Amino acid sequence: MSNIGSILDEVSKSQKKDDITNFCVGDTIKVHVRIVEKTAAKKGKMGQKKGKAEVKERVQVFQGIVIRRKGGGISETFTVRKVSYGEGVERIFPLHSPNIVKIEVARQGAVRRAKLYYLRERIGKAAKVKEKKKQAKKT
Amino acid sequence: MFSGLIGRKVGMTQIFGEKGESIPVTLIEAGPCVVLQKKTSAKEGYEAVQLGYEDIKEKKLTKSLKTKFSKIKVKPKRYIREFRVSNPDDYEVGQELKVDIFEEGSFVDVCGTSKGKGFAGVIKRWGFKGGPASHGSRFHRAPGSIGASASPSRVFKGQKLPGQMGHKRVTIQSLKIVKLDKEKNLLAINGAIPGASRQIVIVEKAEKKS
Repeated sequence: MSNIGSILDEVSKSQKKDDITNFCVGDTIKVHVRIVEKTAAKKGKMGQKKGKAEVKERVQVFQGIVIRRKGGGISETFTVRKVSYGEGVERIFPLHSPNIVKIEVARQGAVRRAKLYYLRERIGKAAKVKEKKKQAKKT
Repeated sequence: MFSGLIGRKVGMTQIFGEKGESIPVTLIEAGPCVVLQKKTSAKEGYEAVQLGYEDIKEKKLTKSLKTKFSKIKVKPKRYIREFRVSNPDDYEVGQELKVDIFEEGSFVDVCGTSKGKGFAGVIKRWGFKGGPASHGSRFHRAPGSIGASASPSRVFKGQKLPGQMGHKRVTIQSLKIVKLDKEKNLLAINGAIPGASRQIVIVEKAEKKS
């Protein structure tokens, strides 16, 4: 039998994406998520129901602060937190999920923690993350 | 058609499904297996096919096994298992069976030896509650009373008591084949299977689900 570790690596490699944008904890990012909608599953207004099940695909953007990157390899995930209408919302994405079309870094944050759970208890201005200062090029 | 193979558990990982959901899978390197012997009701009293898996050096064999393999002119195999079939004459000695006897999306039963936990007490082995840790209870992880004195004045059969836990033949039924790699003889099966990685397992077509 060939090496067990190499078989596992190969299979997970085939599932991994190799073009993932580099981002860190504290960054504000835009995650473009592919969403499949079925119209038949939707509740029609005032008893209106469409007979056919239409499958629609669209891309939704979820913008927020990365508060955690967890795990490694194929099972790595990251958590994005945003405050929406005064309510905190957190979404966990698998890093290699095929449903993620792309990830954009909107703003780089300067943080001193690997996990930003402290943001959950803060409200308003206190829940902000400082922007990372661009390093001056050394000559 | 024939429905079983000997294989080896590779380990667990995850793959993404069609909708982008992540599916936990166990990889099994199943086969290729070689038919070593046919057993018929006329001769042995039952119908079965004997399969061999994984090559082994000839010098490691005992004399009786050496003659067995040299008679049928098959490379010596390390693992030999039997599978019941309805008609053994469909197969030939020396025939190779590969992972393509299964289909993607169909269900299988996987049989292996579970991880040994050693001599375990009733809390670990049977999920007993146990007593309070403190307040002078003096009853912590013991099984408690196993039978009353006057009636029934004996211990019932099957009473749950400490003993060997694990390292036992375990079958998990109706596991879905998520992916199948014919070139590498790999099966990706949804969910967990008994035993540690590198362990020998038997993969058979599911009895209760197709």
